[in-house]
Amino acid sequence: MITLDELLERDRRREEDGFKRKIRIGRIVKPGSGGKDKIIIVPTTVEEKFVHDEITLNQEPGEGDPTGGTGEGEEGDIIGEQPVRPEEGEGEGEGAGEGPGEGEGGEHELESNAYELGKVLSQDFQLPNLKDKGKKRTLARYVYDLTDKNRGVGQILDKKATLKRIVETNITLGNIPDVGNIDSTKFIISPQDMIYRILSREKDFESQALVFFLRDYSGSMGGKVTQTVVSQHVMLYSWLLYQYEKQVETRFILHDTAAKEVSDFYKYYSYKVAGGTKVFTAFKLVNDIVERESLARDYNIYVFHGTDGDDWDKEGKQTLDEIERMMNYAARIGISIVEHSYVGSKQTEVEKYLKRSGILERHSSLIKMDIMDENADDSRIIQGIKKLIS
Amino acid sequence: MELVSQHVKGIMEECKLRARDHGLTFDDETLEYIVTNRDMIELSPKVMIPTLYDYWVHDVRVLSGKGMYEAYPSNPYETVINTRPAISYYNDNNPDWLNVMIFYHVLGHIDFFQNNMFYKNTWDTDLTGQALADKRLIAHLRSEKGRWVDYAIEFSRGIDNLVGYQKELNHTIMNGSRYQLSKIDFYFDIFLQRIKHVSQHDYLKEITRFNAGRDGSEDFFDEIVSQYPEFDELYKKETSITLKPERDIIEYIIQHSPFLRQDENKWITSVIQIVKNTSSYFQPQIRTKIMNEGWASYWHEYLFMRDDRICGHEIDFAKVNAAVTAMPKVGLNPYALGLRLFQHIKDMEDRGCYSFDYLFLKDEVGKKKYNRDKDSGDAFILQVRENLNDFTFINTYIDQEFVDQHTLFVAGKRFNKPRMSWEFYIKSKKADDYKQMIIDTLYHPPEVFVDPAGCKEGVLYLNHKFENKPLKTDFIENTMVGIEYLWGGPVHLETSEPVVSKQAATQYAGFWDPASQQPQKKQPEEIKWKRMLYVMENRKLHKREL
Repeated sequence: MITLDELLERDRRREEDGFKRKIRIGRIVKPGSGGKDKIIIVPTTVEEKFVHDEITLNQEPGEGDPTGGTGEGEEGDIIGEQPVRPEEGEGEGEGAGEGPGEGEGGEHELESNAYELGKVLSQDFQLPNLKDKGKKRTLARYVYDLTDKNRGVGQILDKKATLKRIVETNITLGNIPDVGNIDSTKFIISPQDMIYRILSREKDFESQALVFFLRDYSGSMGGKVTQTVVSQHVMLYSWLLYQYEKQVETRFILHDTAAKEVSDFYKYYSYKVAGGTKVFTAFKLVNDIVERESLARDYNIYVFHGTDGDDWDKEGKQTLDEIERMMNYAARIGISIVEHSYVGSKQTEVEKYLKRSGILERHSSLIKMDIMDENADDSRIIQGIKKLIS
Repeated sequence: MELVSQHVKGIMEECKLRARDHGLTFDDETLEYIVTNRDMIELSPKVMIPTLYDYWVHDVRVLSGKGMYEAYPSNPYETVINTRPAISYYNDNNPDWLNVMIFYHVLGHIDFFQNNMFYKNTWDTDLTGQALADKRLIAHLRSEKGRWVDYAIEFSRGIDNLVGYQKELNHTIMNGSRYQLSKIDFYFDIFLQRIKHVSQHDYLKEITRFNAGRDGSEDFFDEIVSQYPEFDELYKKETSITLKPERDIIEYIIQHSPFLRQDENKWITSVIQIVKNTSSYFQPQIRTKIMNEGWASYWHEYLFMRDDRICGHEIDFAKVNAAVTAMPKVGLNPYALGLRLFQHIKDMEDRGCYSFDYLFLKDEVGKKKYNRDKDSGDAFILQVRENLNDFTFINTYIDQEFVDQHTLFVAGKRFNKPRMSWEFYIKSKKADDYKQMIIDTLYHPPEVFVDPAGCKEGVLYLNHKFENKPLKTDFIENTMVGIEYLWGGPVHLETSEPVVSKQAATQYAGFWDPASQQPQKKQPEEIKWKRMLYVMENRKLHKREL
């Protein structure tokens, strides 16, 4: 049986032969209890043929596809309903701070698979490696290293330290009359002066990333746009996971006209379209969280936002304010705008006001924007990632 | 993969005897295998044919199938393939009573494969054997041509849904003649109208004479032959015209592609042929899903309840059977629908309801009580399973009686904004609407054919016959890249696309945005269609309006 690596290798060769790549990295989400969703990474491919499009064009807005049914009732009777977004246990209002226990990204089974995906992305798709931004954080992880010193016995003789010790002893003994002219052959050497290095338990220092994923799930985000955003965010997440040796914490935020934090990737991934769009709410929520929890001190903070570019606030004043605030601490803000195909060559609201503000040029190292079409394929999405993290 | 034990095989053979007693017909030989979940996952991308050629897309499917199984484990009870002998796969060694049920179900499928007319072109080949030969050929080609074999497979598969299945089948069933023409039809439809151009008055006179002579008192044709001595000769000539089967795109490419004619590319033709034949083999299966599953479910239920070997397991059976054949509150279950429709047809025929007397009845009570004790339902449904496919089955037999009896309805789904929920409601309880809703779910590939008028200067001109549905635009480019490769020259595709009015786009965005204050239109706009021409040349796709 062929492996994933061989498939990807074959796919790369397609490009050399002048055909488009066909393999996409697919995800199967296995819902688990208590947020322990399992994401299984699998390759997928589509065999293109001439087929009828399933779209229904002449439907009233807000009307879904009809299907069959059985049971009593008269025409027009409502037989059931399904919430557009599944409710969480707690109320909407306090969604912002779920307190301790949040950010346990490390618990998800998603980790191991996503780490593999990140490896594939870094190696096979030549995504760049990340620069270490230098912030360190103590973790409850230890490594063993020959760092402790011990006099008399040990594993490796620390020659420099031993020599210093011997000189000190001999000065104390009055054995060195002239410090300008030391005769080492006359040294008196005690076994206690021999300094060795021994194994010791060390706390590990590593740079640590905290990633905020922000997604617009307003009414206009239906279908492919959401898929594309989520695809890109899964890959980004996987890539960061690999880059930071799994030391990545994630927070997920969804917004329509109000932003809320959800506890895990599954909810982030699966919540369906809802109301209108106010982009600033998501950025504001991130700023509030960072401030309240003093996260800026300990983390490299990344913020990635996916949207279709629609915003009720045409000027984007509030959004720009929040972004300015965010740039004080964030290592990178990446905004992906996935355009509906009906947008055509017009600019979306978010694109317009971001460009007009000049923020992209002024802080070109902190904020990046990528605009793609809703039909973007994996290689385009990966290209977008490169742009966002470059 | 191993054969079932002798004991289990014994149960199967016993099932065969009982199934035959009730009118099912099938070959004596069958093969039953026990397979593991792993085998199942690896077989399903190969449409359960263990000997199907290797192809990387199958491997991708296996990998994702494994992931899927990890997330959502599920085991089918059985899978049957239309081979000679018919092969069926089972997940595990089931208890005997369950085997009895499953075997009846499987025999239902086998009976369907081997009697339904739409399978006629599959009756003379054993796919496993053919596939093995094909697999070896492809493996051999791969050792010489490397990954280009996979491109050839990919591009052939890109058009394998356009095989001229109905035309080929028609050709087989009609034995190559244009139509089965009776002397009477020839006389009235062709001879009088097209050859003799008789006046309307004379034509009607002949019809009256024909009707008058229907009691058989005199031979209708005596007078004709005396009037037109050439009649018999012309009739013979007309019926002896045989037609070649019409060619589909694949065959057209095989015969006319300048690229395939070059010596170094000849091997590609055999790859195309293999892909085409495999696809043709599965065409009837895709078009008889509801019938096939319904038929198998009908018989497992019918025969199981009459089988004395399973005494004491009625409740176990009821549980399993209900899980398979329950009608969902919302959604479709082809097993359940097909089963109930066969039961309904049998009942209607038993009571003699497929008759003018019944159709002209106006009162509901009279209709319900109507019973002519014909009891011909058993034979009738055997006829139905022989001559219909999903479309004709649904289109002919879903009637208001059926919809009312099972309280079926078309379920609508709409967005309720204040409650932020999807509402399901009863949209229609009319048989016609229900029928149309089912028909919309049936397999129906687009009809795309080679238009000889446009094939000039090395261009392959394809025409999509528009049936109020556009093609999926995302797929057009890669499909056409493939066709261009096989054709070895530019490819044009004519199709229809909706005219997108700018207003519609903003209206969609505005629907969610109360701030925009746009009045919601109740009446959706009529869609306008325009003909588009897609041009694929040097792997670049352009399109323009026609």
